[in-house]
Amino acid sequence: MSPERRSGPGVSDAVAGYPRSAITGDGGLRGQLIGLAGVVERNAYLIKRYGWWELALFVWTVANTLTVVFIAKGVEATGGHLDVQRATTTLLIGAVIWSYLGIIFEILTETVAWERWEGTIEYTFMAPLKRAVHLGGMGLFAVLYGVLRTALLFVVVALFFGLHFPHADFATALVLLAVASVSFVGVGMVTAVLPLISPEKGAQLGFIAQGFLLVVSGVYYPVTILPQWMQWLSTISPATYALRGIRAAVLDGAGLGACWSDLWPLLVLGAVTIPLGLLVFRTGERYAKRHGKLKRSG
Amino acid sequence: MFAVDVVNLEKRFRRGRRGRSRIVTALAAVSFTVQRGECVAVLGQNGSGKSTLVRTLSTLLLPDGGRARVFGHDVVREAGAVRRLVNRVSVEASFFKRMSAAENLSYAARFYGLTPADTRASIPDILERVGFPVGRASEPMEDLSRGMQQKVALARALLTSPVLLLLDEPTTGLDPRSKREVQAFIRELRTEHDTTILLCTHDLLEAETLAERVGILHAGRLLSLEPAEELTRSYGAANLEEAFFTATGIELEEDTEEVIT
Repeated sequence: MSPERRSGPGVSDAVAGYPRSAITGDGGLRGQLIGLAGVVERNAYLIKRYGWWELALFVWTVANTLTVVFIAKGVEATGGHLDVQRATTTLLIGAVIWSYLGIIFEILTETVAWERWEGTIEYTFMAPLKRAVHLGGMGLFAVLYGVLRTALLFVVVALFFGLHFPHADFATALVLLAVASVSFVGVGMVTAVLPLISPEKGAQLGFIAQGFLLVVSGVYYPVTILPQWMQWLSTISPATYALRGIRAAVLDGAGLGACWSDLWPLLVLGAVTIPLGLLVFRTGERYAKRHGKLKRSG
Repeated sequence: MFAVDVVNLEKRFRRGRRGRSRIVTALAAVSFTVQRGECVAVLGQNGSGKSTLVRTLSTLLLPDGGRARVFGHDVVREAGAVRRLVNRVSVEASFFKRMSAAENLSYAARFYGLTPADTRASIPDILERVGFPVGRASEPMEDLSRGMQQKVALARALLTSPVLLLLDEPTTGLDPRSKREVQAFIRELRTEHDTTILLCTHDLLEAETLAERVGILHAGRLLSLEPAEELTRSYGAANLEEAFFTATGIELEEDTEEVIT
């Protein structure tokens, strides 16, 4: 340790019980932003340290996506009549968004699950990092990493099938994905709290939420084929608008203006799900603190 | 103003399945104060409530009654302020095991608002101070011995310069040499850096040599808190071990069935 305690600019009066010069770091916005960068930094270290596992998971995702996308060729081979190129791309977008959502949920659920397993959860939760910033950092990393991996998946599978996208508006697709990501992170925050409530099964419950979102969102089919009650549910799922908008952008070259009917619900859902996710997580954290569940496994 | 001011602190847990659950008392009306710069040791068997006390002061548990303040800040209502003042070292040196010591320290420091520029020099410096071979700072934690990991845990706590350091059995399981090194560093912190220390341990010698006052926590109750000599005298005992036995009726090394997290 440096013998002299470091002082930080912007130390809050909330720590006035001790001389300002004795308090480390910055408790203000700058300090929180540094903390947010720390969350991203930690996850980047983990990706690096588990590099081979990441590669293996990517190969599994590619195989999984191929399985789905081959369905279009399979239908044609068994006598069905369809535009194979279009159907293949439609399925590819569904599989890619499924994979993306999986990454977002997995990383956010790790907020608690992995830390509990490693035993670091108490140190993270007693750090002066606001929970919104902590979860925001996890969400930011999940989006950055998810976009990178999903783009790679899209390219690999598109090359495999020799797909062409002559009309695609990828910029609009990316904007839609970015806006939808806010809602996905919000929903992910809700699932992230589950391992706090149930250390054994909480993480798996996150997969249920992911599956539920996608079954009503038209991942491989239009939502119009769903029973009416499921169609109602599809209207509150951000994945519905993300899938429809991104398909329109990639298949038909729809621009932002044409995708507005999918964009504005995503904006509204984003504005609702983030505060909701934070509220649910805080409630879960409070429950865990009251019942002694905010601790390492075992 | 006290560094730690605990008044009638209560914590209970429900244990067992629904229908057959029972309430277990982890802390029962615990009251004490710690002066700034003081080192106070709390003795107790496993399950006596020591960790519950530390975790409450760390803002990781919500008390069921009473209050606890750290430098005047309530651990429930002003948790954010408390967190900036406190750090801890517990019996388990918990880290992301695949990450290196340097990586673990680096991200942990960010959570306290320290920039890469702040930690670039301070991480090797602090590792050296706690007796960790700096050349191994980039090795995964899982390749390090238990003693080495505990030194990194100490470095993690000290990196943020806590004004209150909570030590929850920091030397349990360490080999004698590592134990002596960690204890020497704790002593140095006390004499050179004005750090207030609450040391929870079941090592009598550690408590006696490091702390100015020693308390006995038994079944969630703080039975006494006095300088070691006075504690021994007040129980009419020849030494601290005998005093503990007289106070609680059991040996320090025995586990208490009653508790606790």
